[in-house]
Formats: sequence, structure tokens, C-alpha cells
Amino acid sequence: MTPAEIRDEIIDILSDIAPDEDLSGLEDSKSFRDQIELDSMDFLDIVMELRKRHRVQIPEEDYGQLASMDSTVTYLEPKMRDI
Amino acid sequence: MVQYDTIIIGAGMSGLAAGIRLAHYDQKVCVLERHTTIGGLNSFYRMNGRDYDVGLHAVTNFTPAGAKKGPLARLLRQLRFRWEDFELSEQCGSAIAFPSARLRFTNDIEVLKSEIAREFPNQRDNFERLLGQLADYDDLKQENFAGSARAFLAETITEPLLIEMLLCPLMWYGNAREDDMDYGQFCIMFRSIFLEGFARPFKGVRLILRALVRRFRSLGGELKLRSGVSRIKVDGDRAVGVVLDNGTELWAKRILSSAGIVETQRMCEDITEEVPARAGQLSFIESISVLDCQPNKLGFGETIVFYNDSDQFHWRKPIDSLCDLRTGVVCSPNNYLYPAEVGNLNDGIMRLTTIANFDRWMALDEQEYARQKCWWYDRSVASAVRFVPDFRAHTIDTDVFTPKTIRRFTWHDNGAVYGAPEKKLDGTTHLKNLFLCGTDQGFVGIIGSIVSGISMANMHCLRDP
Repeated sequence: MTPAEIRDEIIDILSDIAPDEDLSGLEDSKSFRDQIELDSMDFLDIVMELRKRHRVQIPEEDYGQLASMDSTVTYLEPKMRDI
Repeated sequence: MVQYDTIIIGAGMSGLAAGIRLAHYDQKVCVLERHTTIGGLNSFYRMNGRDYDVGLHAVTNFTPAGAKKGPLARLLRQLRFRWEDFELSEQCGSAIAFPSARLRFTNDIEVLKSEIAREFPNQRDNFERLLGQLADYDDLKQENFAGSARAFLAETITEPLLIEMLLCPLMWYGNAREDDMDYGQFCIMFRSIFLEGFARPFKGVRLILRALVRRFRSLGGELKLRSGVSRIKVDGDRAVGVVLDNGTELWAKRILSSAGIVETQRMCEDITEEVPARAGQLSFIESISVLDCQPNKLGFGETIVFYNDSDQFHWRKPIDSLCDLRTGVVCSPNNYLYPAEVGNLNDGIMRLTTIANFDRWMALDEQEYARQKCWWYDRSVASAVRFVPDFRAHTIDTDVFTPKTIRRFTWHDNGAVYGAPEKKLDGTTHLKNLFLCGTDQGFVGIIGSIVSGISMANMHCLRDP
């Protein structure tokens, strides 16, 4: 997957987790938490959906890398490059 | 040999919710239920051609469509339901009724504020301060859970009667401890009742249960009814499987039990001495009176009335008699703001809950049990009509459940409705892969039980597939 495809996939996961959120205006450099209502349970779901859909394993100590769209795509790019 | 990723004991709200989470993430999950039907404490039945809920008064924690915070919004996201799926209609308005004061409240906290200003003018600012203190409590972190709610309230509220009145509905809807309440439990209940509020699906609890079961099965989950667990098999410090009442053995990487702390420990084959009796003491009788008209025709337009017949609220098990008639809860499922197109329930229904002594009810022989049910039905309704319009002349059918009924549906010790007083908030046990969910997390009510199942599944069962 290219970084743009990874971004699309994260948007798809977010719209699955939080269907009421308008994600069209999401700013990639800002943290998710400042823009949409996500709690720790929702963050776990981003990790779990990536595992379910793409077999991508994210260790717990790396959860902090998923703070914003930019940091998430950067973190996932090497893991999802060959998918 | 059948090997599951997770076995869940109990097909109540918490077990089914946990099952959905795990099945959604591709686990092989089995929910085991001893009873012939789902729901546990929050089940439903049909009798004389009418549908009944076992225990539902209201779904607490109501927040409107589009709300992003709070337990209801959280569970809808976690289980991938739409807000509309639970078909919740809001309450018409409820009341706390004591002999010398009456406070109305709705799903809008401003109503309670103005009622307090009316009955207790010198407490208006104190109540505002209390609301400020409660705003920050995080029910998932549950820091400072222990501590006395009475002592906490007395720091801010200087009118003892108001403290009793505020505690009355909160204890009635979720306090496993006698007399006082844990601070954390108080915060959870205060928010669920006063800050969020009451609602109900027109079709009752079966609508929510059926939504949960349908989703669980569509994700590949297995549900086995009439499958009580007689024993949890243990190897060293780990659970390895269960033995059912009929002798069938099932194996699992981990077990999540909604049977209660004490009840679950008793199933473990490595615990040989009797577990000390730590189960909750609070159990109830509940009567359902079917009326020949809508309750509001008799002047009863409120959804729920919590009453107490003196200025001191007594929350403890009766010692010398089968029931304690000094306090109770009256609820009419007719008095919700159902959409015009569905109308209202065909029958008028009045539900009445009264505190009861489990041991005394269990000790009755069959004939005496039936007789005492009638006797306490009459007496408890006579007590309640001191606070709500007298509906007795309009009653066309009745049913009563007792602590014995609760025991049969839930298998919980003492017929305890709100679990053990000592909560096990993180759900861990003496075995590394055996966890608890349900009322023993401090979350109570339908929404609380579902959140408990979700959070325990997330915390203990999802991270290592």
C-alpha cells in the first residue's frame, strides 16, 4: 500500500468506529483526539481493525504512534508497504 | 476436542456484549447459559397472553442521538450499532417522594436544580458545587472508587434530608452495599440517573437482547442454552476449560465469567475450601399490576417514583420479615414518550419493587411461598399508594417475582441483584486467564452491564488472539 492508500484505509476504519463523525475536514498534522471524539477504547479498535483486515501487529508500546494521521501513516508505511 | 479462544459464562447483557467484541475480531467464542433463555437478570417472558420484562424499569445512561460522550455512545461505537437500533424513548419525568418533600427530575438536570431550589433554597449553590465536583469522574479509570458517598455528600450538602433524597434513587438502582455507597459507585449512578437519564424501548428489554444475540450469531459466535458450567478445569495457575452440568467438556484459551466473583470461584476445581460468604445482601420482590386503563387516566403520569416513608432512607436487608415496606420504587412502562406512530402499550402496567430477605423467601415451602407472594403483593402495593394514585381497583392481572425467582434466573448467591459489595474493578481472579464481567465491575443497569462486558473483553481477551 502507498501512504495515500494507507490514509484511505485509516479513514475507512475511523468511519467504521465512529460513524457519526464528519471526517472530511480532518487535518493530518493535528491529533485525532483534538478533532474527533475518540477514547482509549476507540484507539484499541484502530489497532484491532488493522490486525483483522491486514494482519498488521502493533505492540502496545507503539500505540502512541497513532496520535495523528501523519504519525499513523509514517508508522504504518513500512509495515503495510508489501500488502 | 472443541477448543475455543474464549468461553463466556452467562448470556446476560455483559456476556453477550463481550461475545460480540471477541467474535467481531475473529475469535472462536462460545457463550454458555444455564437457563433456557437469554438475558440473565434482565430477561423477559410471556404469561396469560402478555409480554413482560423480568426486571426492566428503565434503561439508564440515556443520551440523545448524536451524543459522543458517555457510556451509551461508547457502547454503540464499540458494538457497531446505530443509536436507532435500541429504539429508546425518553421518560416523561420521575420523582423522589419523601413525606416532607418531593423532588421531580427528568433527563434535563435543570429540572432537578430548580426543584432543589424550590424545596431547599439554601442548598441551591451547594448542589451546583456538587455537580462541579462530579463532572470530572472517569468511570473507566475508577480512581478513588472506595470511600463513603455519605461523607462526600456531607462535605457539600448541609441539609441531611436532601442527602437522603439524592441517595434514594442512586442506591435503589445500583448499590450492592448496605447503608452507604462507595464513592465511585455513587459517581457512576449519579451520572447515569441525574445527568443522563431514563429511556425505554417500546418493546422492552427483548428488543435489546435480540439485537445483541442476532449480532453475536451473525459474527459466528456460538450460544449454548441449558448449558450450565458445573466446574472450571484448572492446570496450575491457568483455567483450561469447563465441565458442563451434563458432563460435556469444553476447552478454551481463556474464560470470561459473568456469574459473579464468589460464584465463579466456587466453580474452580483448585479452590477446595468454601469461599467465605461475600455475596451481596440486597434482593427484592417486584410486583407487576396489569391495569384496565392507562396509568395516566388514574392520575399517574410519572415514569418512576422512588419513595421513602420517613426522613431517613433505610437501605438494608430486612432481618425479621420477608420484606421492608418503608421504601420502594414504582414504575410505569406506559409513561415514556413513545413515537406517535407506535402509540402506547395495550395494557396499563404498574411495577413495584420492594427490598426483601433472600434467606426467608428461600425457606418457605411451596404452599407458604405462594401464600406469602399474595400477602406481600397486597401489603407492598398498600405501602406504595401512599405516594402514587391508588390503582388497586383497576388491577386485572398480577405477577410477582421474589429473591427465589432472581436466583433461578441468575444463579447469583442470595439472589443478589447488584452483585457483591466488594467490587473487583479490573476483573482479574486468582487464575491468569480467568476474568470477571457483569455487575461485579461496579457498572450496573443495562448500559453498565454491556460496557462491563466490552471493557473486560478489551482489557483481557482481545490483545493476545
